[in-house]
Amino acid sequence: MKAHTDKTYDLQLDDLRNKLLTLGGYVETEIATTMRALTERDSKLAETVIGQDREVNRLEIEIDEACRRLLVLRQPAASDLRFITTALKIVVDLERIGDLAVNIAERAIDLNQSPPLKPIPDLSRLADLGQRQVRAALDAFVEADPDKAEQVIKNDDLLDSLYHNLVNELLALMMEDPRNIRRANSLLFVAKHLERIGDHATNVAEMVIYMVRGTDIRHPGSRK
Amino acid sequence: MRPKVEVRSLNAWFKANHALRNVSLTVPANTVLAIIGPSGCGKTTFVRCLNRMHELVPGACQSGNVLVDGQDLHARRVDPVNLRRRVGMVFQRANPFPTMTIFDNVVAGLKLNGVRGDYPALVEKSLRQAALWDEVKDRLRQSAVSLSGGQQQRLCIARALAVDPEVLLMDEPASALDPIATARIEELIRGLRESLTIVIVTHNMQQAARVSDSTAFFYMGELIEHGPTEQIFTNPRESRTEDYVTGKFG
Repeated sequence: MKAHTDKTYDLQLDDLRNKLLTLGGYVETEIATTMRALTERDSKLAETVIGQDREVNRLEIEIDEACRRLLVLRQPAASDLRFITTALKIVVDLERIGDLAVNIAERAIDLNQSPPLKPIPDLSRLADLGQRQVRAALDAFVEADPDKAEQVIKNDDLLDSLYHNLVNELLALMMEDPRNIRRANSLLFVAKHLERIGDHATNVAEMVIYMVRGTDIRHPGSRK
Repeated sequence: MRPKVEVRSLNAWFKANHALRNVSLTVPANTVLAIIGPSGCGKTTFVRCLNRMHELVPGACQSGNVLVDGQDLHARRVDPVNLRRRVGMVFQRANPFPTMTIFDNVVAGLKLNGVRGDYPALVEKSLRQAALWDEVKDRLRQSAVSLSGGQQQRLCIARALAVDPEVLLMDEPASALDPIATARIEELIRGLRESLTIVIVTHNMQQAARVSDSTAFFYMGELIEHGPTEQIFTNPRESRTEDYVTGKFG
């Protein structure tokens, strides 16, 4: 890519890009760790997720500041403008993914107080898929690859249908034995959080398409 | 939208220097076209071709057509002086007549064109259109150079408006003004669009983005891209436009 006449502008844009990648790396790790804490019944591990989220919050603030600074100092246009507005949007999604990982960690700590329910393989599958979606959305962002982003958007349907299966499975468990209700209900929340993580990955992917192609594909029915 | 200005295969030279290369574009009536591009790209030459000021430069010549309301500016029966009444111009540096009063500056064009009428009413109307009336109504008989730079520029706009032009060409009208005076000129441009068609040359890209409906990017005498302003500044089609608006030039 061609460099800006003012080289500091490039450095500032690179710095913003790197901060976003660091943030993305943090939230990916958070999802992996929180799911391990849940499946391995390790409350200590769950605590580390809650600790790491402070880093995520700090980075979110730094990224917002970097974007504001770029907007006011550079008055960016064209691809720079699209990159910076994308950064401002996806930082919110990434931070929310971190929060959802924390919510799962809190559920894990709670669940670890009671004996385990029977293993639910669909839950691990949902977590894997959610994590993969986040990674793929971040890859699409790094590589500025709209095709990859489109794939993420398509794959969200898989995640949704897996989530609905899981809901039915957990409801069946509750009906089977009322003593399951509290734990199955907690797992329902975990499933919902994972499904939301997938939605945030989709948002990131949509913004990547805007960043690269300049076309906003969100909410096709709501356009003037 | 009805085309007000149509430029077809316009070429312009300063002796051997080919300053404009085969430029074609259309400006719909009651819209603002911004011309952007690096120094020496042909922006000023382009607007000076639109009211036949280019031909006043010794050694300058041009080919192609410029049509206003479908009428070719270079048709034999077109009188350049009369044309410049229809296609007015405002320059980078405010250039009021220094020995004249504010009032006389506004009516200078009318007198030159032999237009008679209610001068005080015309002066008030033009100064109101140029958003200057309230600031000068009590000092119309004072010298024009007693005004600030921003006021002088609006006086020049009032002078251009007094002869009731249909098209207004503005060559860097705010580049020598402070941000407040610039904002006044920009607000004025948006208001004037109701009654006329404007072509503005500017180095300030944010200004182009704020005031214009469409933007044309010139580079080395060529029209590289012309499109809706929002598209040019958010998603240009041409890589040279992208490089220019993002500051990756040179």
